[in-house]
Amino acid sequence: MHRNHVLIAMDAHTIAQGARAVRDALKRALDMTSLTDEVKVIETGSLGIYNRGVVLVIFPDNVYYVGVKVEDVAEIVSEHLIKGRVVERLHYTDVPVEKAAEMGAAPRFGKQQRVVLKNAGVIDPESLEEYIARDGYEALGKALTTMKPEDVIDIVKKSGIQGRGGAFFPTGLKWSFAAAEEAKQKYIICNADEGEPGTFKDRLILEGDPHSVIEGMALAGYAVGADMGYIYIRGEYRMSIERLNRAIQHATENGLLGENLFDSGFSFNLEVREGAGAYICGEETALIESIEGKRGEPRDKPPFPPSVGLWGMPTIVNNVETLANVPQIILKGADWYRSMGTEKSPGTKVFTMVGNINNPGLIEVPMGTTLREIIYDIGQGIPEGKGFMLAQMGGTTGGILTEKHLDLPMSVEALREIGSGLGSGALLVVDDSQDVVELVENFVEFFNHESCGKCTLCREGNGRLLELLQRINAGKGRMADLNLMEDLAVTMMKGAFCGLGQAAPVPILGCLKYFRDDFVRKIGAAEMAAAA
Amino acid sequence: MQDLTRVDEIVQHYSDVKTPLIYILKDVQKEYGFLSDVVLTHIAKKVDIPLSEIYGVATFYSLFTIKPKGKYVVRCCNNAPCYVKKSKEVLDAIKSYLGVEVTETTECGTFTLEFTSCLGLCAVAPVMMVNDEVYGNLTPEKAVAILKDYKMKGLSNA
Ligand SMILES: Cc1cc2nc3c(=O)[nH]c(=O)nc-3n(C[C@H](O)[C@H](O)[C@H](O)COP(=O)(O)O)c2cc1C
Repeated sequence: MHRNHVLIAMDAHTIAQGARAVRDALKRALDMTSLTDEVKVIETGSLGIYNRGVVLVIFPDNVYYVGVKVEDVAEIVSEHLIKGRVVERLHYTDVPVEKAAEMGAAPRFGKQQRVVLKNAGVIDPESLEEYIARDGYEALGKALTTMKPEDVIDIVKKSGIQGRGGAFFPTGLKWSFAAAEEAKQKYIICNADEGEPGTFKDRLILEGDPHSVIEGMALAGYAVGADMGYIYIRGEYRMSIERLNRAIQHATENGLLGENLFDSGFSFNLEVREGAGAYICGEETALIESIEGKRGEPRDKPPFPPSVGLWGMPTIVNNVETLANVPQIILKGADWYRSMGTEKSPGTKVFTMVGNINNPGLIEVPMGTTLREIIYDIGQGIPEGKGFMLAQMGGTTGGILTEKHLDLPMSVEALREIGSGLGSGALLVVDDSQDVVELVENFVEFFNHESCGKCTLCREGNGRLLELLQRINAGKGRMADLNLMEDLAVTMMKGAFCGLGQAAPVPILGCLKYFRDDFVRKIGAAEMAAAA
Repeated sequence: MQDLTRVDEIVQHYSDVKTPLIYILKDVQKEYGFLSDVVLTHIAKKVDIPLSEIYGVATFYSLFTIKPKGKYVVRCCNNAPCYVKKSKEVLDAIKSYLGVEVTETTECGTFTLEFTSCLGLCAVAPVMMVNDEVYGNLTPEKAVAILKDYKMKGLSNA
């Protein structure tokens, strides 16, 4: 029996701030003080505190330490773990709501609600037992022993869940297409390519609770009649890849993956497939091409993957967050799921708040939470007393939101109404000290770099847009450039081959619409200077 | 003649995997440092895929390289979330410290400077990677200090 547990957050954010060295120092210090039998160090996923250095929490005392450096470890051990005195210098009391709620304390930061993230930072992601202790694999057991595949599809349909990869296609409907196909082999693919700038929800779900995604995939497999699944993940996500491989191994060893699961006759196997660095591979048909060992260039649609997908077979591609929701929908039912969010967008949504914001990081809120609540209550507003200029929802391909949208509910339907969307759930907040024309140039640099080159409109269009923006920012712009940009952007939107070229113009047109004056001022100054 | 037995072993290792080309290229690159013409030609013969197609794959993905790189590959993020946290200033400081532009390698072969696509570490933006290590909350001074450490390390291991 251990008298204390020290949970140290080992996610990419804390590792970037030295978590590995602190963990090693902690283990050495416990060894030296012969505390290893009394104090257990547990590595966990993100604890929900992001830009405050290395984070650890000591249980049962429930004391959070942030900004922990190797030099601080000796003090934490001797003061806290030996003498029971809190090291105030490092003590963190603004415990985020998700943890606070978990511990029964009053919520601090706005209305968050954890469904997908219920286990992240709470359980040891490497422990299958801890996942099972929190109802893990119960949904799979229930489905395989008491439900028919069509019942599973039915609940998912009734829940109203829409895909979290950005297009918000109804998941149950997608599954029913693949289920209706006659084929000797079908596949489930989990899309963990996550390349949209500012998005890191899928990585933190995978790192914090890998089994929820595995269970969701097995349920999808049962529903559509697929016995093989692939998790396509960015090659850069080393830690997620390792955790996933271990989780798959544990699940297989314990009869939760493999042949004849729960004696139902249903078998399901899983493999991880690594990407090699290409944003476009997040697009589902490009992803399939990449698994097939080719350049990740998108395919013509139709046929859609549920009919003709991986190696020509019916294939479901779902996002990580979509799949992580599925076990709880099966377990708790469609009505429970519909009790959260809005009528047309049920459930919760995981967002990543980035940019000029005081409290950046991962949050989960009911669909329909307003932009103001997200930025000012949960995100704690904008740093250094600066003002709000714009927010971009959904990554670099996302739409532009301004002051007048602050009270807009963040739901699929509300954003659709203004010609926008939730996209990947990355929310970039930009303060009013930034130059919007330069920001747009930065967006277009991204598209120009990531265009796969397959279709002319995206490949050449982004290149020309970049030239125009560089010219304007270099003080050599002409008023006619604005119309040129708009024409080109609209043409790309209508004619590009895939979602990349079609979405790239969205933020450009958004900025031209809401911040036209900034463009005009810059070009006006350039024309005056040229005339002088 | 370059020893290509490791290529053979790697291809053999993936004989059970369906469409394993990307895995083969990854492992071969790890072994040989970069994907040279010689190596790619050999792979093409081994897996019976036209060289043109393999070359197309090797040049499509950013984690593959057909040129040798420096001992330390410095990859700066300049995507929008890092950009609004002043990654451009960090990048400029690194460029002037190393004396190279993005995609170039220093003359001594110690550093190659590249962009990275978003690593999803935006809560500690701006960020960079040096080989497999990531560094966050960078300022121009901090980034240069980190690279100075690597330079010392590079010299002492040389
Ligand atoms: C350029 C582009 C990039 C995309 N990137 C991703 C991604 O990184 N992750 C993802 O889940 N979906 C991404 N998508 C959406 C996928 O094509 C697909 O709609 C999604 O994986 C389906 O899963 P869902 O129904 O669960 O949302 C991208 C689409 C486009 C056009």
